[in-house]
Amino acid sequence: MQFTILCYETPADFARRDNPAEAGAYWAGWSAYGATLAQAGVFVSGAGLLPPATAVTVRTRPAGRTVQDGPFAEVKEHLGGFFVIEVPDFETALDWAAKAPSSASASTEVRPVLAMPG
Amino acid sequence: MIGAAEDAARAAAERAVRAAYGRLVALLAARSRDLAGAEDALSEALRAALESWPRRGVPDRPEAWLMTAARRAAGHARARAATAEAALPDLTRIAEEADAMPDAYPDHRLGLLFACVHPAIDRGTQTPLMLQAVLGLSAERIAGAFLISPAAMGQRLARAKARLREAGARFSRPEPDEIAPHLPQVMEAVLAAAALGWEAVPGSDPGRADLAAEALFLAELLADLTPEEAEPKGLLALVLHIRAREPARAQRYLALSEQDTGLWDHRMIDRADLLLAEAGAMGRFGRFQCEAAIQSVHSEGAMLGRTNWPALATLHAALSRLSPSLGGQVAAAAVTLELDGPPAALSALDALAGAETYQPWWALRAEALARQGDRAGQAEALRRAIGLTEDAALRAWLAARLAQASQRS
Repeated sequence: MQFTILCYETPADFARRDNPAEAGAYWAGWSAYGATLAQAGVFVSGAGLLPPATAVTVRTRPAGRTVQDGPFAEVKEHLGGFFVIEVPDFETALDWAAKAPSSASASTEVRPVLAMPG
Repeated sequence: MIGAAEDAARAAAERAVRAAYGRLVALLAARSRDLAGAEDALSEALRAALESWPRRGVPDRPEAWLMTAARRAAGHARARAATAEAALPDLTRIAEEADAMPDAYPDHRLGLLFACVHPAIDRGTQTPLMLQAVLGLSAERIAGAFLISPAAMGQRLARAKARLREAGARFSRPEPDEIAPHLPQVMEAVLAAAALGWEAVPGSDPGRADLAAEALFLAELLADLTPEEAEPKGLLALVLHIRAREPARAQRYLALSEQDTGLWDHRMIDRADLLLAEAGAMGRFGRFQCEAAIQSVHSEGAMLGRTNWPALATLHAALSRLSPSLGGQVAAAAVTLELDGPPAALSALDALAGAETYQPWWALRAEALARQGDRAGQAEALRRAIGLTEDAALRAWLAARLAQASQRS
């Protein structure tokens, strides 16, 4: 079964990426996590995202398109990246999600991947 | 004023329930052989207490009151099931009956603990069931500790209670000759609760750190209920040794050799060693006494600044015979590293199968590689350890070691 591990981070986490005193430990945590998923043979795909300030949100409506700077909603935690993994069951997926650095600082959401018909 | 009285009554009720939860559930279940029914009846009694105590005052013996109310609620539930007619508890009658109750009830908690490891219950649910039945922890809290969704944990616990009822499990105090054969599994389940608590670094995961206190309560209870047995004393000594070190690890992870032993709880350590001596005098050595003895040697070593590695090697050899486990084998390899050096430790680690997702295996490997000057190998092993840890404080400690290793290489 495939699951997506959605890694949410706080503004403080995003700030660590560029803080010289903390960036080393921050990136070490994430690259070690990704490498471990790969070595365990569960990694399918994944990507890190630039901070929410770089986001632009698009909506199309009958009245026309709207384009808005910033993420789609004002929230305290933003998606910082995601992984798709292949594991036998939900419990194993939760076990891997708990090891994501975001689980300790903010939150990590696990969702089964929708199997596309056909 | 009413608000303050309500708060006081609520606090009194919660105190009474917390102190007596397991005793009351055990006693109710021993009569009805229905664990879920006993828990429901006790919640009903608590609701009645919160209704009545602010107006009538907290009774002299809150526990007796709750017991009486719970028995009546259980009776009403049976009546409701039969006649579909709801009946309110009669609060005056409860007070009268509670006064007539004996001061001491039989303690059926040992029976409750044994029922939780009934063969009809799968192993993974035994510890959660114990935490709920004896301590009254909610499915949500237990789910957090076991990393299972709350809904799934709730279903699992409900199923377990239904199975116990179908299997006709007895909740009453086991006969003396029934205790020894089932004790190892009960101790295993208590240790599982303790392990969840102490793997968490204090301050970094409040949910799991709280569980450490609950596990100590369970270990105390078990040792108390089985005074003739040696191993429960060993289990309690083990839990005490680990708990004693908590104050030195507040907010961050520290290896044993880096901890300020002055911050350790020395009363707990003394008590653990006394328990171990008592257990030893009974002449029945076992796995839990062995693990407690290992922790005792480590504590003494850290306090003296000189660890008795040969003693640890002997104890680990005994432990691998009594109870082989991956954790124990990695710990034994750590002793090998001290006594025989990195090559011997590395070949001990290589001999362990199924270790590639076990964080301590990688952390020890990193240490062994560092001692033989292999900085690149150390860094790679540290990365794997970092990728496998769930704990922010341990991750930060390992990342700091990785930064050091990268600087030197």
